[in-house]
Amino acid sequence: MNDLTPPTREERSAKLKGLGTSRKRVEDARFTQGKGNYVDDIKLPGMLHGDFVRSPYGHARIKSVNIDAAMALPGVIAVLQAKDLEPLSLHWMPTLAGDKQMVLADGKVLFQGQEVAFVVAEDRYIAADAVELVEVEYEELPVVVDPFKALAPDAPVLREDLEAGADGAHGPRRHHNHIFLWEEGDKAATEQVIDSAEVVAEEMICYQRVHPCPLETCGSVASMDKVNGKLTLYGTFQAPHVVRTVASLLSGIEEHNIRVVSPDIGGGFGNKVGVYPGYVCSIVASIVTGRPVKFIEDRMDNLMTTAFARDYWMKGRISATKDGKITALHAHVTADHGAFDACADPTKFPAGFFHICTGSYDIPVAYCGVDGVYTNKAPGGVAYRCSFRVTEAAYFIERMIEVLAMELNMDAAELRRINFIKKDQFPYHSALGWEYDSGDYHTAWDKALEAVDYAGLRKEQAARVEAFKRGETRKLLGIGLCHFTEIVGAGPVKNCDILGMGMFDSCEIRIHPTGSAIARLGTISQGQGHATTFAQILATEIGIPADSITIEEGDTDTAPYGLGTYGSRSTPVAGAATAMAGRKIRAKAQMIAAYLLEVHDDDVEFDVDRFVVKGAPERFKTMAEIAYASYNQAIPGVEPGLEAVSYYDPPNMTYPFGAYVCVMEIDVDTGTHEVRQFYALDDCGTRINPMVIEGQVHGGLTEALAIAMGQEIAYDEMGNVKTGTLMDFFLPTAVETPHYTTDFTETPSPHHPIGAKGVGESPNVGGVPAFSNAVHDAFRAFGLRQSNMPHDHWRIWKIANDLGLHD
Amino acid sequence: MGKQIYKMTVNGQVKEVMAEPRELLIYVLREKLDLTGPHVGCETSHCGACTVEMNGMSVKSCTVFAAQADGAEITTIEGLGDPDGLHVLQEAFKEHHGLQCGYCTPGMITRAHRLLQENPNPTEVEVRMGIAGNLCRCTGYQNIVKSILAAAAQINAAKEAAE
Repeated sequence: MNDLTPPTREERSAKLKGLGTSRKRVEDARFTQGKGNYVDDIKLPGMLHGDFVRSPYGHARIKSVNIDAAMALPGVIAVLQAKDLEPLSLHWMPTLAGDKQMVLADGKVLFQGQEVAFVVAEDRYIAADAVELVEVEYEELPVVVDPFKALAPDAPVLREDLEAGADGAHGPRRHHNHIFLWEEGDKAATEQVIDSAEVVAEEMICYQRVHPCPLETCGSVASMDKVNGKLTLYGTFQAPHVVRTVASLLSGIEEHNIRVVSPDIGGGFGNKVGVYPGYVCSIVASIVTGRPVKFIEDRMDNLMTTAFARDYWMKGRISATKDGKITALHAHVTADHGAFDACADPTKFPAGFFHICTGSYDIPVAYCGVDGVYTNKAPGGVAYRCSFRVTEAAYFIERMIEVLAMELNMDAAELRRINFIKKDQFPYHSALGWEYDSGDYHTAWDKALEAVDYAGLRKEQAARVEAFKRGETRKLLGIGLCHFTEIVGAGPVKNCDILGMGMFDSCEIRIHPTGSAIARLGTISQGQGHATTFAQILATEIGIPADSITIEEGDTDTAPYGLGTYGSRSTPVAGAATAMAGRKIRAKAQMIAAYLLEVHDDDVEFDVDRFVVKGAPERFKTMAEIAYASYNQAIPGVEPGLEAVSYYDPPNMTYPFGAYVCVMEIDVDTGTHEVRQFYALDDCGTRINPMVIEGQVHGGLTEALAIAMGQEIAYDEMGNVKTGTLMDFFLPTAVETPHYTTDFTETPSPHHPIGAKGVGESPNVGGVPAFSNAVHDAFRAFGLRQSNMPHDHWRIWKIANDLGLHD
Repeated sequence: MGKQIYKMTVNGQVKEVMAEPRELLIYVLREKLDLTGPHVGCETSHCGACTVEMNGMSVKSCTVFAAQADGAEITTIEGLGDPDGLHVLQEAFKEHHGLQCGYCTPGMITRAHRLLQENPNPTEVEVRMGIAGNLCRCTGYQNIVKSILAAAAQINAAKEAAE
């Protein structure tokens, strides 16, 4: 082959490394060499360090604060208290959920670890020493950590700042510790069906309080430049543009004078969506001192005070015919929101998208109601690697299905199969108001069951039970099933906003004269690999190699406004904006190509990396040639340059789904478990980068393993956090983590420009029920219906003990 | 507490730092020597993000005092490779998608580097045991294990070819 042979279409396409390519990540060069730039790596001249005095009590009145000894310590610059923030109206701040939260304790504390005073010093050691020197006198108050007890008539009043009897942000409050009742569906019709049903299963299912616990904690560096009147705020922000708007509204500094930068982020998983007191205090401290101020949480700060997730007590009733056709679903949740309602949900959805709880099933009528409750626990309520409250919903329905299968004495895989929404029912309108865009559940389910030899596993399990009864083994076999449907990509501006900001997202592209490009987005990667995958979307759309496209995010001075990265929204929303902006580039490129080729616009067509004259492919202009021409030729009727911007308002959410099977060996005497096999089939629509998708699935499954098998933010009756360090809070190591087998089907989203649905959170949403169902399934033959997570060794041992298996 | 001068060899270079005895090695590395590759994740020795090599052993530098590092030979991620010549492990982590957010990666690679000195030809189980002191929240470890095994194979193949 001589060098002059033009490359084939396939060769040109491969060179782009576009959609469907397992392109290696461009982020990795800096990360593998220790050259990432995380917030704690930022050093500014004259920078000070902040640290908090925190409450040791779960509920107490503050009698006095004495800062004299702390201020006397050399190197201490300031100690801020609520009274210092009050003149600026910054001692309280609004939460994402329409409530307000103390920045620094205003007269009382409501949870252990709450921020009481902010010490600012020359270095971290001095700040930590000074924290010890601040003397706070507390008067202890009665503590409530149980959301049911919090609603008792004589329960202590937690939020004295709220007017008795007044409505909250989401309607009437029926008790002084009640936040809202949020309802969806037809309650009366649902109850009527259930009351007269042939079979009804009822269960209380708890999804325990957990924490996203990214390896990097939260932090910020605020730098107020008093000469120019500009505030620069670096921080661990999953939504930097929203942080800028909030910072402007809170501080009164005009938005153009605030620059928010999210540098590299060491994992987020929902932890870094909210605005925390540390950020506010670093800003105020910088304004007060005129010097940059850094605040970095330590691990205990992180686990005890920011961004818990779940804490849902879910009471379910599900009804069916004798042959297993589900007729109705009734759900009531008691939701423990802690001391302030700081849930990170779109404004109109105080329980997130929990009403996706009919799952993958065609359920004719349903109702769900969620009661939010205040307790003496940390605020938060974030979506820990899931879309808003979707993990709770998936866990709820996938447990209810298992309980119903027991009630019906039916195989749980078969019960799912006969109730799945059928392929020809999409777009499917659920009883709780969603329009599922697309799906093919039966195909995925059959593929999964065949891959694991489901029938063979059930035979092995039955034989194992018999052997156990004969005393030949002390191990049981659990087969954990899950078919989940997610709802991600929030969301349509008509019903989704955060603090009034519509949940669109954005992309701005500039093509350089020599045919390379930069694209900036309103999102921010925290490990998902946006710099790699968004360039792939563009490569396919505009015919410029992904390797020649720089992706930038996270600097509000340069990136277009967007709502950020969480709830698997980057691909569904910003990915769509990227494709749409690319199409604008292509439309202009077509006009330029037609001019250069001296034909009508309609006579050229796009072909991988060029425009060709229709019917004469040897006459073409490459995108590089077109880019150059756009800068150096006067083209009649066409502006110079090649740029585009798109703000994308998605018409609907996307609905990724998946079929998971977990095969687990359980030692009845020790309560230990071993995951023998885990098969995960995901359908995330069009697949952008299979390598990255697989990596996301491995990671999400491991976070699911952590939650199902050991993770909990536990409180004692005094309001003490019992799991405030990594000694007590379970993060799996490489030893506990099993090997995963991944698989896929591909059902493109009909409304997304490239058909992609998002995948980062699916494995957590589907993984938790799969692991938990495996534990339950192992004991099904002995009558176990429901045992709450986490299924650590002690709790599994307890299940066996309660069932009399140690007798 | 008075400050003292500590002398240590870091990535082949002799460094003198002024520090209080109670200052932690990770603090000295990050704040005084500008080596921000090792990270702080937990401050209790659990997560391993701060892992460096000290005198031929992997240590969690968040729980080693500067005073304990006096006279020590220390290698951080910055000492393993550079843009002109990445270490085999750095290449393998890129090739096999052994990282996502990158926060654990410097500690993880530094630990893997020592592991392969201790056991040049580890099994998968030995790799999993060998990195059990280093937590990763993103990858589920599967591709980290794959990366380390691939690097080991490549190092061993190069050794054989040289012999």
